[in-house]
Amino acid sequence: MLKAETLDVERIRQDFPILQRKVHGQRLVYLDNAATSQKPKQVIDTLVDYYSRYNSNVHRTVYTLGEEATEAYESSRKRVARFVGAAPRELVFVRGTTEASNLVRFAWGEKSVKSGDTIVTTIMEHHSNIVPWQLLAKQKGAKLKFVGMLPDGTLDMAQFEEVLKESPRLVAVTHCSNVLGTINDVTRICSKAKKAGATTFVDGAQAVPHMPVDVSTIGCDFYAFSGHKMLGPTGIGALAGRKELLSEMEPFQGGGEMIREVFLDHSTWNDVPHKFEAGTVNIADTIGLGAAVDYLTTLGMARVRNHELGLLKYAMETLSKVKGFQHYGPQDMALKGGVVSFNLADIHPHDLATILDEEGVAIRSGHQCAQPLMGWLDVAATCRASFYVYNSYDDIDALCAGLEKARSIFKI
Amino acid sequence: MSASDIYKELILDYYRNPRNFGKLDQFDISSHDTNPLCGDEIDIQIKVGNGNKIEQIKFFGKGCAISQASASMLTELAKGKDLTWVKQLAKEDILRLLGNPDLGPSRIKCALLGMKVLKTGVYGYLGTKLED
Repeated sequence: MLKAETLDVERIRQDFPILQRKVHGQRLVYLDNAATSQKPKQVIDTLVDYYSRYNSNVHRTVYTLGEEATEAYESSRKRVARFVGAAPRELVFVRGTTEASNLVRFAWGEKSVKSGDTIVTTIMEHHSNIVPWQLLAKQKGAKLKFVGMLPDGTLDMAQFEEVLKESPRLVAVTHCSNVLGTINDVTRICSKAKKAGATTFVDGAQAVPHMPVDVSTIGCDFYAFSGHKMLGPTGIGALAGRKELLSEMEPFQGGGEMIREVFLDHSTWNDVPHKFEAGTVNIADTIGLGAAVDYLTTLGMARVRNHELGLLKYAMETLSKVKGFQHYGPQDMALKGGVVSFNLADIHPHDLATILDEEGVAIRSGHQCAQPLMGWLDVAATCRASFYVYNSYDDIDALCAGLEKARSIFKI
Repeated sequence: MSASDIYKELILDYYRNPRNFGKLDQFDISSHDTNPLCGDEIDIQIKVGNGNKIEQIKFFGKGCAISQASASMLTELAKGKDLTWVKQLAKEDILRLLGNPDLGPSRIKCALLGMKVLKTGVYGYLGTKLED
Protein backbone atom coordinates (compact mmCIF):
# COMPACT_ATOMS: atom_id res chain seq x y z
CA MET A 1 0.00 0.00 0.00
CA LEU A 2 2.49 2.60 1.17
CA LYS A 3 5.06 1.09 -1.16
CA ALA A 4 2.97 1.75 -4.27
CA GLU A 5 5.21 3.94 -6.40
CA THR A 6 3.82 6.48 -8.77
CA LEU A 7 6.77 6.26 -11.15
CA ASP A 8 8.28 3.19 -12.78
CA VAL A 9 11.53 3.54 -10.86
CA GLU A 10 13.11 0.36 -12.23
CA ARG A 11 12.67 1.62 -15.78
CA ILE A 12 13.83 5.14 -14.90
CA ARG A 13 16.97 3.77 -13.28
CA GLN A 14 17.97 2.19 -16.60
CA ASP A 15 18.29 5.71 -18.05
CA PHE A 16 20.96 6.78 -15.54
CA PRO A 17 24.36 5.24 -16.36
CA ILE A 18 25.92 6.40 -13.08
CA LEU A 19 23.50 4.27 -11.05
CA GLN A 20 25.24 1.19 -12.44
CA ARG A 21 28.51 2.01 -10.70
CA LYS A 22 29.71 0.68 -7.39
CA VAL A 23 31.12 2.72 -4.52
CA HIS A 24 33.38 0.82 -2.11
CA GLY A 25 32.04 -2.34 -3.71
CA GLN A 26 28.45 -1.41 -2.89
CA ARG A 27 25.52 -0.36 -5.06
CA LEU A 28 25.45 3.45 -5.34
CA VAL A 29 22.58 4.85 -3.29
CA TYR A 30 22.50 8.49 -4.31
CA LEU A 31 20.60 10.62 -1.81
CA ASP A 32 22.14 14.05 -2.37
CA ASN A 33 19.74 15.30 -5.00
CA ALA A 34 19.18 18.65 -3.34
CA ALA A 35 22.87 19.35 -4.05
CA THR A 36 22.82 18.09 -7.62
CA SER A 37 20.91 15.43 -9.53
CA GLN A 38 22.26 12.66 -11.74
CA LYS A 39 21.82 12.86 -15.52
CA PRO A 40 19.87 10.49 -17.77
CA LYS A 41 21.48 9.26 -20.98
CA GLN A 42 18.91 11.33 -22.90
CA VAL A 43 20.62 14.47 -21.54
CA ILE A 44 24.17 13.14 -21.91
CA ASP A 45 23.45 12.07 -25.51
CA THR A 46 22.18 15.56 -26.34
CA LEU A 47 25.51 17.07 -25.30
CA VAL A 48 27.49 14.53 -27.33
CA ASP A 49 25.18 15.06 -30.31
CA TYR A 50 25.64 18.84 -30.24
CA TYR A 51 29.43 18.64 -30.06
CA SER A 52 29.61 15.81 -32.61
CA ARG A 53 27.18 17.09 -35.20
CA TYR A 54 26.39 20.82 -35.12
CA ASN A 55 28.75 22.65 -32.72
CA SER A 56 28.83 26.32 -33.76
CA ASN A 57 28.00 29.72 -32.33
CA VAL A 58 24.41 30.91 -32.06
CA HIS A 59 22.64 34.08 -33.27
CA ARG A 60 25.46 35.28 -35.52
CA THR A 61 25.96 32.83 -38.34
CA VAL A 62 24.13 32.07 -41.57
CA TYR A 63 25.57 28.63 -42.32
CA THR A 64 23.74 25.37 -41.63
CA LEU A 65 25.52 24.43 -38.40
CA GLY A 66 24.87 27.85 -36.89
CA GLU A 67 21.22 27.77 -37.85
CA GLU A 68 20.80 24.33 -36.31
CA ALA A 69 22.54 25.41 -33.11
CA THR A 70 20.43 28.59 -32.87
CA GLU A 71 17.26 26.60 -33.48
CA ALA A 72 18.18 24.05 -30.79
CA TYR A 73 19.16 26.81 -28.33
CA GLU A 74 15.97 28.82 -28.80
CA SER A 75 13.82 25.69 -28.86
CA SER A 76 15.29 24.86 -25.47
CA ARG A 77 14.29 28.31 -24.23
CA LYS A 78 10.69 27.72 -25.34
CA ARG A 79 10.48 24.32 -23.60
CA VAL A 80 12.16 25.49 -20.39
CA ALA A 81 9.90 28.57 -20.29
CA ARG A 82 6.77 26.48 -20.87
CA PHE A 83 7.91 24.09 -18.13
CA VAL A 84 7.62 26.89 -15.53
CA GLY A 85 4.73 28.83 -17.09
CA ALA A 86 6.81 31.73 -18.39
CA ALA A 87 6.89 33.33 -21.84
CA PRO A 88 10.08 32.48 -23.77
CA ARG A 89 11.14 36.12 -24.06
CA GLU A 90 10.81 36.45 -20.27
CA LEU A 91 13.30 33.64 -19.69
CA VAL A 92 16.98 34.55 -19.37
CA PHE A 93 19.55 31.76 -19.36
CA VAL A 94 22.14 32.11 -16.59
CA ARG A 95 24.73 29.84 -14.95
CA GLY A 96 22.34 28.92 -12.16
CA THR A 97 20.27 30.32 -9.30
CA THR A 98 23.29 32.09 -7.81
CA GLU A 99 23.98 33.97 -11.03
CA ALA A 100 20.27 34.79 -11.27
CA SER A 101 20.16 36.48 -7.85
CA ASN A 102 23.37 38.31 -8.66
CA LEU A 103 21.93 39.44 -12.01
CA VAL A 104 18.95 40.91 -10.16
CA ARG A 105 21.27 42.49 -7.61
CA PHE A 106 23.20 44.36 -10.30
CA ALA A 107 20.78 44.87 -13.20
CA TRP A 108 17.75 45.70 -11.04
CA GLY A 109 19.22 46.58 -7.63
CA GLU A 110 21.76 49.16 -8.80
CA LYS A 111 19.01 51.40 -10.13
CA SER A 112 16.09 50.51 -7.87
CA VAL A 113 17.46 50.29 -4.32
CA LYS A 114 18.30 53.51 -2.51
CA SER A 115 19.84 54.44 0.81
CA GLY A 116 17.46 53.74 3.69
CA ASP A 117 15.38 51.23 1.70
CA THR A 118 14.47 47.89 3.23
CA ILE A 119 15.24 44.52 1.64
CA VAL A 120 13.45 41.51 3.14
CA THR A 121 14.58 37.90 3.04
CA THR A 122 14.23 34.99 5.50
CA ILE A 123 16.48 32.96 7.78
CA MET A 124 15.67 29.75 5.92
CA GLU A 125 17.44 30.90 2.75
CA HIS A 126 20.37 29.33 0.96
CA HIS A 127 23.42 31.63 0.99
CA SER A 128 22.68 32.49 -2.66
CA ASN A 129 19.53 34.29 -1.53
CA ILE A 130 21.23 36.11 1.36
CA VAL A 131 24.73 37.19 0.36
CA PRO A 132 23.82 39.11 -2.87
CA TRP A 133 21.29 41.15 -0.85
CA GLN A 134 23.81 41.72 1.94
CA LEU A 135 26.21 43.10 -0.66
CA LEU A 136 23.48 45.25 -2.24
CA ALA A 137 22.32 46.57 1.14
CA LYS A 138 25.87 47.43 2.14
CA GLN A 139 26.59 49.18 -1.14
CA LYS A 140 23.39 51.22 -1.07
CA GLY A 141 23.10 51.83 2.67
CA ALA A 142 19.86 49.84 2.70
CA LYS A 143 18.53 47.73 5.59
CA LEU A 144 18.36 43.95 5.29
CA LYS A 145 15.59 42.36 7.39
CA PHE A 146 15.12 38.64 8.01
CA VAL A 147 11.76 36.95 8.53
CA GLY A 148 12.08 34.21 11.14
CA MET A 149 10.45 30.81 11.49
CA LEU A 150 7.95 29.14 13.78
CA PRO A 151 9.05 26.05 15.74
CA ASP A 152 7.52 23.78 13.07
CA GLY A 153 9.97 25.07 10.47
CA THR A 154 7.51 27.27 8.57
CA LEU A 155 7.88 31.00 8.01
CA ASP A 156 6.59 33.37 10.67
CA MET A 157 3.91 35.06 8.56
CA ALA A 158 2.96 37.47 11.37
CA GLN A 159 6.52 38.76 11.38
CA PHE A 160 6.42 38.96 7.59
CA GLU A 161 3.28 41.12 7.74
CA GLU A 162 5.00 43.32 10.29
CA VAL A 163 8.08 43.94 8.14
CA LEU A 164 5.87 44.70 5.11
CA LYS A 165 4.74 47.84 6.98
CA GLU A 166 8.19 49.24 6.22
CA SER A 167 7.31 49.14 2.49
CA PRO A 168 10.34 47.11 1.45
CA ARG A 169 11.82 47.52 -2.03
CA LEU A 170 12.48 43.81 -2.41
CA VAL A 171 11.17 40.58 -0.90
CA ALA A 172 13.43 37.61 -1.66
CA VAL A 173 12.21 34.20 -0.53
CA THR A 174 12.79 30.55 -1.28
CA HIS A 175 10.02 28.41 -2.75
CA CYS A 176 11.33 25.32 -0.98
CA SER A 177 14.01 25.16 1.73
CA ASN A 178 17.08 23.15 0.77
CA VAL A 179 17.55 22.11 4.39
CA LEU A 180 14.12 21.64 5.95
CA GLY A 181 12.19 20.95 2.77
CA THR A 182 9.61 23.55 3.86
CA ILE A 183 7.44 24.53 0.90
CA ASN A 184 6.52 28.19 1.27
CA ASP A 185 3.23 29.60 0.05
CA VAL A 186 5.02 31.89 -2.40
CA THR A 187 1.78 32.86 -4.15
CA ARG A 188 0.47 34.34 -0.90
CA ILE A 189 3.84 35.85 0.01
CA CYS A 190 4.21 37.52 -3.41
CA SER A 191 0.65 38.84 -3.35
CA LYS A 192 1.18 40.44 0.07
CA ALA A 193 4.60 41.77 -0.93
CA LYS A 194 3.19 43.25 -4.11
CA LYS A 195 0.41 45.03 -2.19
CA ALA A 196 3.13 46.54 0.01
CA GLY A 197 4.86 47.81 -3.14
CA ALA A 198 7.79 45.38 -3.11
CA THR A 199 9.48 43.67 -6.03
CA THR A 200 9.63 39.91 -5.49
CA PHE A 201 12.40 37.37 -6.13
CA VAL A 202 11.71 33.65 -5.62
CA ASP A 203 14.50 31.08 -5.35
CA GLY A 204 13.03 28.02 -7.06
CA ALA A 205 16.17 25.85 -7.08
CA GLN A 206 14.54 23.18 -4.87
CA ALA A 207 11.03 23.52 -6.29
CA VAL A 208 11.25 23.37 -10.10
CA PRO A 209 12.97 19.95 -10.13
CA HIS A 210 10.44 18.40 -7.76
CA MET A 211 6.91 19.77 -8.24
CA PRO A 212 4.72 21.55 -10.78
CA VAL A 213 5.66 25.25 -10.86
CA ASP A 214 3.81 28.02 -12.68
CA VAL A 215 5.40 31.42 -12.28
CA SER A 216 2.40 33.28 -13.69
CA THR A 217 0.18 31.80 -10.95
CA ILE A 218 2.78 32.64 -8.29
CA GLY A 219 2.75 36.24 -9.50
CA CYS A 220 6.39 36.96 -8.69
CA ASP A 221 8.58 39.47 -10.50
CA PHE A 222 11.62 37.17 -10.68
CA TYR A 223 11.90 33.39 -10.36
CA ALA A 224 15.24 31.57 -10.51
CA PHE A 225 16.29 27.93 -10.79
CA SER A 226 19.27 25.71 -11.65
CA GLY A 227 19.45 23.09 -14.39
CA HIS A 228 21.84 20.71 -12.66
CA LYS A 229 19.36 19.96 -9.88
CA MET A 230 16.71 18.89 -12.44
CA LEU A 231 18.59 16.24 -14.47
CA GLY A 232 20.32 18.90 -16.60
CA PRO A 233 24.01 19.77 -16.96
CA THR A 234 25.91 22.01 -14.54
CA GLY A 235 26.49 25.63 -15.49
CA ILE A 236 23.03 26.35 -16.82
CA GLY A 237 19.93 27.74 -15.15
CA ALA A 238 17.30 30.34 -15.77
CA LEU A 239 15.84 33.56 -14.48
CA ALA A 240 12.21 34.14 -15.38
CA GLY A 241 11.33 37.81 -15.06
CA ARG A 242 8.38 40.04 -15.82
CA LYS A 243 8.85 41.57 -19.27
CA GLU A 244 8.30 45.17 -18.14
CA LEU A 245 10.96 44.84 -15.46
CA LEU A 246 13.46 43.11 -17.72
CA SER A 247 12.95 45.80 -20.38
CA GLU A 248 13.55 48.67 -17.93
CA MET A 249 16.59 47.06 -16.31
CA GLU A 250 20.18 47.91 -17.15
CA PRO A 251 22.32 45.11 -18.64
CA PHE A 252 24.11 42.71 -16.29
CA GLN A 253 27.31 42.15 -18.28
CA GLY A 254 28.48 44.04 -21.35
CA GLY A 255 29.90 42.38 -24.44
CA GLY A 256 28.86 40.57 -27.56
CA GLU A 257 25.32 39.37 -28.20
CA MET A 258 23.71 41.68 -25.64
CA ILE A 259 24.07 44.80 -27.86
CA ARG A 260 22.05 46.24 -30.69
CA GLU A 261 24.51 48.90 -31.85
CA VAL A 262 27.92 49.87 -30.52
CA PHE A 263 29.43 53.32 -31.04
CA LEU A 264 32.64 54.62 -29.57
CA ASP A 265 30.82 56.72 -26.97
CA HIS A 266 27.76 54.61 -26.22
CA SER A 267 25.84 51.44 -27.08
CA THR A 268 22.25 50.36 -27.35
CA TRP A 269 20.91 47.08 -26.04
CA ASN A 270 19.52 43.99 -27.68
CA ASP A 271 15.96 42.88 -26.92
CA VAL A 272 15.06 40.98 -23.78
CA PRO A 273 16.16 38.27 -22.97
CA HIS A 274 19.33 38.59 -25.13
CA LYS A 275 20.20 41.86 -23.36
CA PHE A 276 21.16 39.70 -20.37
CA GLU A 277 23.04 36.99 -22.24
CA ALA A 278 26.40 38.62 -22.98
CA GLY A 279 29.13 36.75 -24.82
CA THR A 280 28.94 33.29 -26.31
CA VAL A 281 26.30 31.57 -24.27
CA ASN A 282 26.42 28.07 -22.78
CA ILE A 283 24.95 26.46 -25.90
CA ALA A 284 25.53 22.77 -25.20
CA ASP A 285 24.25 22.84 -21.64
CA THR A 286 21.22 24.91 -22.59
CA ILE A 287 20.29 22.29 -25.16
CA GLY A 288 20.97 19.66 -22.48
CA LEU A 289 18.60 21.44 -20.10
CA GLY A 290 15.93 21.30 -22.82
CA ALA A 291 16.37 17.52 -22.93
CA ALA A 292 16.10 17.36 -19.13
CA VAL A 293 12.85 19.31 -19.22
CA ASP A 294 11.52 16.95 -21.92
CA TYR A 295 12.40 13.98 -19.71
CA LEU A 296 10.63 15.47 -16.68
CA THR A 297 7.62 16.50 -18.78
CA THR A 298 7.25 12.92 -19.97
CA LEU A 299 7.31 11.68 -16.37
CA GLY A 300 4.84 14.38 -15.32
CA MET A 301 5.71 16.75 -12.48
CA ALA A 302 2.62 15.90 -10.42
CA ARG A 303 3.72 12.25 -10.48
CA VAL A 304 7.29 13.25 -9.60
CA ARG A 305 5.95 15.08 -6.54
CA ASN A 306 3.74 12.13 -5.58
CA HIS A 307 6.64 9.74 -5.92
CA GLU A 308 8.83 11.89 -3.66
CA LEU A 309 5.98 12.28 -1.18
CA GLY A 310 5.75 8.48 -0.98
CA LEU A 311 9.49 8.21 -0.38
CA LEU A 312 9.32 10.98 2.20
CA LYS A 313 6.54 9.30 4.17
CA TYR A 314 8.32 5.95 4.09
CA ALA A 315 11.62 7.59 5.11
CA MET A 316 10.07 9.44 8.04
CA GLU A 317 8.33 6.27 9.17
CA THR A 318 11.43 4.05 9.02
CA LEU A 319 14.08 6.57 10.06
CA SER A 320 12.20 7.68 13.17
CA LYS A 321 12.48 4.09 14.40
CA VAL A 322 16.29 4.37 14.43
CA LYS A 323 17.31 5.15 18.00
CA GLY A 324 18.85 8.62 18.30
CA PHE A 325 17.36 9.90 15.03
CA GLN A 326 16.45 13.57 15.24
CA HIS A 327 14.59 15.21 12.36
CA TYR A 328 14.53 18.93 11.50
CA GLY A 329 11.69 20.52 9.59
CA PRO A 330 7.93 20.38 9.15
CA GLN A 331 6.11 17.22 10.24
CA ASP A 332 3.29 17.98 7.83
CA MET A 333 4.36 16.18 4.65
CA ALA A 334 2.10 18.35 2.50
CA LEU A 335 4.36 21.30 3.40
CA LYS A 336 7.59 19.42 2.79
CA GLY A 337 9.69 18.61 -0.28
CA GLY A 338 11.63 15.35 -0.57
CA VAL A 339 14.31 16.44 1.87
CA VAL A 340 15.09 14.91 5.27
CA SER A 341 17.55 16.79 7.47
CA PHE A 342 18.58 14.97 10.60
CA ASN A 343 21.20 14.12 13.17
CA LEU A 344 21.92 10.78 14.78
CA ALA A 345 22.63 10.90 18.53
CA ASP A 346 26.02 12.56 19.14
CA ILE A 347 27.54 11.49 15.83
CA HIS A 348 28.78 14.48 13.86
CA PRO A 349 27.25 14.63 10.34
CA HIS A 350 30.64 14.28 8.67
CA ASP A 351 31.48 11.17 10.65
CA LEU A 352 28.09 9.73 9.72
CA ALA A 353 28.55 10.62 6.04
CA THR A 354 31.94 8.89 6.02
CA ILE A 355 30.42 5.72 7.47
CA LEU A 356 27.48 5.79 5.03
CA ASP A 357 29.85 6.34 2.09
CA GLU A 358 31.40 2.97 2.81
CA GLU A 359 27.97 1.46 2.33
CA GLY A 360 27.65 3.23 -1.01
CA VAL A 361 25.15 5.72 0.44
CA ALA A 362 25.78 9.36 -0.56
CA ILE A 363 24.20 12.00 1.68
CA ARG A 364 25.05 15.63 2.34
CA SER A 365 26.59 16.60 5.64
CA GLY A 366 27.48 20.05 6.89
CA HIS A 367 25.87 23.46 7.07
CA GLN A 368 24.10 22.93 3.71
CA CYS A 369 24.99 26.48 2.55
CA ALA A 370 22.50 27.82 5.10
CA GLN A 371 24.49 28.94 8.15
CA PRO A 372 21.83 31.35 9.49
CA LEU A 373 19.35 28.46 9.44
CA MET A 374 21.85 26.21 11.27
CA GLY A 375 22.06 28.94 13.91
CA TRP A 376 18.27 28.91 14.24
CA LEU A 377 18.28 25.12 14.61
CA ASP A 378 21.11 25.56 17.14
CA VAL A 379 23.26 22.94 15.43
CA ALA A 380 26.62 23.29 13.70
CA ALA A 381 25.63 20.94 10.93
CA THR A 382 23.08 18.36 9.86
CA CYS A 383 22.88 15.32 7.62
CA ARG A 384 20.53 15.54 4.66
CA ALA A 385 19.01 12.84 2.51
CA SER A 386 17.14 14.16 -0.52
CA PHE A 387 15.20 12.17 -3.08
CA TYR A 388 14.53 12.17 -6.78
CA VAL A 389 12.85 10.23 -9.56
CA TYR A 390 15.31 7.31 -9.52
CA ASN A 391 15.23 6.71 -5.77
CA SER A 392 13.43 3.65 -4.48
CA TYR A 393 12.26 2.34 -1.14
CA ASP A 394 15.34 0.08 -1.22
CA ASP A 395 17.49 3.23 -1.13
CA ILE A 396 15.82 4.32 2.10
CA ASP A 397 16.29 0.83 3.54
CA ALA A 398 20.00 1.12 2.67
CA LEU A 399 20.15 4.47 4.46
CA CYS A 400 18.52 2.93 7.54
CA ALA A 401 20.95 0.00 7.52
CA GLY A 402 23.83 2.50 7.29
CA LEU A 403 22.51 4.42 10.28
CA GLU A 404 22.34 1.20 12.30
CA LYS A 405 25.94 0.45 11.36
CA ALA A 406 26.98 3.94 12.48
CA ARG A 407 25.20 3.37 15.80
CA SER A 408 27.15 0.21 16.27
CA ILE A 409 30.53 1.81 15.40
CA PHE A 410 29.83 4.74 17.72
CA LYS A 411 28.58 2.31 20.38
CA ILE A 412 25.19 3.96 20.81
CA MET B 1 40.44 0.80 5.56
CA SER B 2 36.90 0.66 6.86
CA ALA B 3 34.95 3.14 8.92
CA SER B 4 35.32 1.03 12.04
CA ASP B 5 39.10 1.34 11.62
CA ILE B 6 38.90 5.13 11.41
CA TYR B 7 36.57 5.44 14.38
CA LYS B 8 38.73 3.50 16.80
CA GLU B 9 37.93 3.27 20.47
CA LEU B 10 40.62 5.88 21.12
CA ILE B 11 39.09 8.53 18.86
CA LEU B 12 35.58 7.94 20.20
CA ASP B 13 36.92 8.19 23.73
CA TYR B 14 38.57 11.57 23.07
CA TYR B 15 35.44 12.75 21.21
CA ARG B 16 33.13 11.95 24.10
CA ASN B 17 35.58 12.78 26.93
CA PRO B 18 37.93 15.39 25.51
CA ARG B 19 41.03 16.04 27.63
CA ASN B 20 42.04 19.67 28.24
CA PHE B 21 38.61 20.84 27.09
CA GLY B 22 37.61 24.27 28.39
CA LYS B 23 38.93 27.78 28.83
CA LEU B 24 41.86 29.22 30.80
CA ASP B 25 41.28 32.13 33.18
CA GLN B 26 44.57 33.65 32.15
CA PHE B 27 46.27 33.05 28.86
CA ASP B 28 48.89 34.61 26.61
CA ILE B 29 47.82 33.00 23.36
CA SER B 30 44.31 32.58 22.00
CA SER B 31 43.66 31.27 18.55
CA HIS B 32 40.53 30.27 16.65
CA ASP B 33 39.75 28.76 13.28
CA THR B 34 37.01 26.89 11.51
CA ASN B 35 36.73 24.30 8.82
CA PRO B 36 34.04 25.65 6.49
CA LEU B 37 33.38 22.25 4.97
CA CYS B 38 32.25 20.58 8.19
CA GLY B 39 31.60 23.60 10.35
CA ASP B 40 34.24 22.33 12.79
CA GLU B 41 35.43 25.00 15.20
CA ILE B 42 38.49 24.94 17.43
CA ASP B 43 39.79 27.50 19.91
CA ILE B 44 43.09 26.97 21.70
CA GLN B 45 44.35 29.00 24.67
CA ILE B 46 47.87 28.82 26.06
CA LYS B 47 49.49 30.19 29.20
CA VAL B 48 53.17 30.67 28.43
CA GLY B 49 55.58 29.91 31.29
CA ASN B 50 59.27 30.51 31.91
CA GLY B 51 61.56 29.89 28.96
CA ASN B 52 58.65 30.14 26.49
CA LYS B 53 57.21 26.82 27.65
CA ILE B 54 53.59 25.83 27.12
CA GLU B 55 52.66 25.89 30.80
CA GLN B 56 48.93 25.41 30.39
CA ILE B 57 46.87 24.66 27.31
CA LYS B 58 43.15 24.18 26.79
CA PHE B 59 40.90 23.91 23.79
CA PHE B 60 37.20 24.23 23.13
CA GLY B 61 35.04 23.93 20.08
CA LYS B 62 32.57 21.74 18.32
CA GLY B 63 32.67 19.49 15.33
CA CYS B 64 33.22 15.96 14.12
CA ALA B 65 34.90 13.22 16.13
CA ILE B 66 38.12 13.48 14.13
CA SER B 67 38.55 17.24 14.61
CA GLN B 68 37.73 17.24 18.31
CA ALA B 69 39.75 14.14 19.20
CA SER B 70 42.83 15.30 17.31
CA ALA B 71 42.72 18.75 18.94
CA SER B 72 42.41 17.17 22.37
CA MET B 73 45.30 14.76 21.76
CA LEU B 74 47.40 17.62 20.43
CA THR B 75 46.93 19.68 23.61
CA GLU B 76 48.15 16.72 25.67
CA LEU B 77 51.20 16.38 23.45
CA ALA B 78 51.95 20.12 23.51
CA LYS B 79 51.77 20.64 27.26
CA GLY B 80 55.20 21.36 28.71
CA LYS B 81 56.87 21.74 25.32
CA ASP B 82 58.76 24.83 24.09
CA LEU B 83 56.77 27.13 21.86
CA THR B 84 59.40 26.60 19.13
CA TRP B 85 58.50 22.88 19.17
CA VAL B 86 55.23 23.85 17.48
CA LYS B 87 57.16 24.95 14.39
CA GLN B 88 58.36 21.45 13.54
CA LEU B 89 54.96 19.88 14.18
CA ALA B 90 53.79 18.20 10.96
CA LYS B 91 50.80 16.42 9.49
CA GLU B 92 52.40 13.02 10.18
CA ASP B 93 52.55 13.76 13.92
CA ILE B 94 48.81 14.35 14.06
CA LEU B 95 47.98 11.27 12.01
CA ARG B 96 50.23 9.21 14.30
CA LEU B 97 48.29 10.49 17.33
CA LEU B 98 45.08 9.32 15.68
CA GLY B 99 46.53 5.90 14.91
CA ASN B 100 47.26 6.60 11.24
CA PRO B 101 43.73 6.38 9.88
CA ASP B 102 43.37 6.46 6.11
CA LEU B 103 41.53 9.77 5.79
CA GLY B 104 40.49 11.07 2.39
CA PRO B 105 41.45 14.55 1.15
CA SER B 106 38.35 16.19 2.65
CA ARG B 107 38.43 14.53 6.06
CA ILE B 108 42.15 15.16 6.59
CA LYS B 109 41.29 18.84 7.04
CA CYS B 110 39.23 17.84 10.09
CA ALA B 111 42.25 16.07 11.56
CA LEU B 112 44.61 19.00 10.95
CA LEU B 113 42.38 21.84 12.17
CA GLY B 114 43.74 21.74 15.74
CA MET B 115 47.34 21.89 14.49
CA LYS B 116 46.45 24.86 12.26
CA VAL B 117 44.94 26.72 15.21
CA LEU B 118 47.93 25.93 17.44
CA LYS B 119 50.44 27.03 14.82
CA THR B 120 48.53 30.24 14.01
CA GLY B 121 48.40 31.18 17.70
CA VAL B 122 52.02 30.36 18.50
CA TYR B 123 53.45 31.95 15.33
CA GLY B 124 51.50 35.12 16.07
CA TYR B 125 52.79 35.18 19.63
CA LEU B 126 56.41 34.54 18.65
CA GLY B 127 56.15 37.18 15.92
CA THR B 128 55.01 39.74 18.44
CA LYS B 129 57.79 38.73 20.85
CA LEU B 130 60.39 39.10 18.13
CA GLU B 131 59.20 42.62 17.38
CA ASP B 132 59.53 43.46 21.08
